[in-house]
Amino acid sequence: MTTVRCADAFDRARAENRRALVGYLPAGFPSVDGAIGALRAMVEAGVDLVEVGLPYTDPVVDGPTIQAAAEIALRAGTRIRDVLATVEAVASTGTPTVVMTYWNPVLRYGVEAFTADLAAAGGAGLITPDLIPDEAAGWIAASDAAGLDRVFLVSPSSTDRRIAAAAAACRGFVYATSVMGVTGARARTSDLAPALVSRVRAASDLPVGVGLGVSNGDQAAAVAFYADAVIVGSAFVRRILDAGDEPAGIAAAAELARDLAGGVRRAPAPAG
Amino acid sequence: MTGLLPQPSTVDTPDATGHFGPYGGRFVPEALIAALDELDVAYREAVADPAFTSRLDALLRDYAGRPSLLSRADRFAEHAGGATVLLKREDLNHTGAHKINNALGQALLAQRMGKPRIIAETGAGQHGVATAAICALLDLECCVYMGEEDTRRQALNVARMRLLGATVVAVTTGSRTLKDAMNEAFRDWVTNVEHTHYLIGSVGGPHPFPMIVRDFQQVIGAETRAQCQQLLGRLPDAICACVGGGSNAIGIFHEFLGEPDVALYGFEAGGDGLHTGRHAATLTGGSPGVLHGASSYLLQDDDGQTIESHSISAGLDYPGVGPEHAHLHDTGRVVYRAITDAEAMDGFWLLCRTEGIIPAIESAHALAGALGVGRELGPDGVVVVNLSGRGDKDMETAARWFGLEGGDGANNAGA
Repeated sequence: MTTVRCADAFDRARAENRRALVGYLPAGFPSVDGAIGALRAMVEAGVDLVEVGLPYTDPVVDGPTIQAAAEIALRAGTRIRDVLATVEAVASTGTPTVVMTYWNPVLRYGVEAFTADLAAAGGAGLITPDLIPDEAAGWIAASDAAGLDRVFLVSPSSTDRRIAAAAAACRGFVYATSVMGVTGARARTSDLAPALVSRVRAASDLPVGVGLGVSNGDQAAAVAFYADAVIVGSAFVRRILDAGDEPAGIAAAAELARDLAGGVRRAPAPAG
Repeated sequence: MTGLLPQPSTVDTPDATGHFGPYGGRFVPEALIAALDELDVAYREAVADPAFTSRLDALLRDYAGRPSLLSRADRFAEHAGGATVLLKREDLNHTGAHKINNALGQALLAQRMGKPRIIAETGAGQHGVATAAICALLDLECCVYMGEEDTRRQALNVARMRLLGATVVAVTTGSRTLKDAMNEAFRDWVTNVEHTHYLIGSVGGPHPFPMIVRDFQQVIGAETRAQCQQLLGRLPDAICACVGGGSNAIGIFHEFLGEPDVALYGFEAGGDGLHTGRHAATLTGGSPGVLHGASSYLLQDDDGQTIESHSISAGLDYPGVGPEHAHLHDTGRVVYRAITDAEAMDGFWLLCRTEGIIPAIESAHALAGALGVGRELGPDGVVVVNLSGRGDKDMETAARWFGLEGGDGANNAGA
């Protein structure tokens, strides 16, 4: 089996003359099977790249919505092996699938062991919100050896020098956090994001994904105007939290994915 | 007087990127890096600026009441194998603990950086009270995050903070203790970093916090050296301190790291006992990992999920520990031992009845540990105990533990 990489999602979107849509859910939420079902439904509805969250006890970058989902997943006993099983089930659709994780679970599992097991599950790589490239020597070596993508974050407060260093350490895409703050849907998306994306483009040819705050198709279209990918997490979690039961949650997540997929197709065609 | 000024450490830790051996560093979202860099630069400039250091020196003397006493505890010492026991009376500082040393330094630093809003996490509430006090004095906005469980068991300190003008936010996530208060403080900081300084209260968190907090606390050790020489004409044989995050311990240890004849002991919260799994003994019962922005030891399961800590002492009830302690544990320079709730409360009781001093339950762990160290040293030994805080805040817990609530029948309970 040839493992797909993040680049495949961007190539596909580019071939269709549009931007890419990235969707996130924590593994084990609303249940292990429920997350797999929801993510596969989201892929069918137009998500190009999947982020599987590794639920963690101390998610300092996450707002109340994703905290609640992680707590539900952990209370139900979700383990790292369930995260890897989720990756395998979603990646088998041919959609690039990455794990988004705080660093300690990877460290405890063993960086090389985690990398090997993620690759074996068909995972494309990792997004590491609390690991900066400065501390990532072990992960950079392991991901190079396994050929996995690694996505570091840049922020509006990052200096140009740090943006250049982060982008140089990334493979797959660069994750731009568009607002200063934790994850969560916002009424308005950020006005800091376009400038941040331009600064990344000045430093790197990699695609730039913008996350934090998007919750509907119109916001997605607005972000797709300047970014290569629109990243949506909390809004999917919210739909599932608000649904009466698991099938309704899966249906609601798919409906949101269709709305967002419409958004990234409404935006003007990417330049070049 | 000299000795009050925080001098950047001459010991070559941490390195330029904030590592103590393999520990420390920065495991935080990129969004905070600029603020950490700004803090690092501002700190180095401040401690090189006589205007800053003389202001801090004056506040430590005239506001906090330094130097704190180093006094003999001879009746207590009878239970410690007859060794000489000296108490470093950080409990006599303004606001009742060593926490004021660091709160003063960082608040001045925040003011210097032009940040009008201070946030802090607190467990027992001592750091929160110290921060609220200095914010009142300097007219800074103050918001303190405290686990809901801790707001209950340290209700007196919640009232003190509010009286001093701070907003106290009761954190209802996770174990509702210090760990979760710290999570919430980080979330606030990442959102409001432009105008807010996170005044971390212990020697944890991302670089440069463990270095800055240590440097502002090492006044404890510097005074201890001079006072011990003056009292006894010699250095102590051993120094005992309690370790939660580890700021009072590093503050008294650091001066003596280069003195091989001074043994250093850190006493962690053993809760119900290490074998029960219900404890907060991170170094003696945990393993290396990353929590709250630094690599160190922590209590974690096989998946790297943080395990909730347990201690009768809110200030020690934390599943992590400062990275420099992790390094000192690995190198063996400091010996870390666990003290159970019951042992700590015995030490608490003993100090009350032999010296007329009510210690914080946190500090009682060091007192209990010192009893054993004194017996190991024998009558010729000299042991310094860092009495890091006073116990007024713990009256409810102590009254319940010793059965002192109620009528006359409770007068001699616990004896």
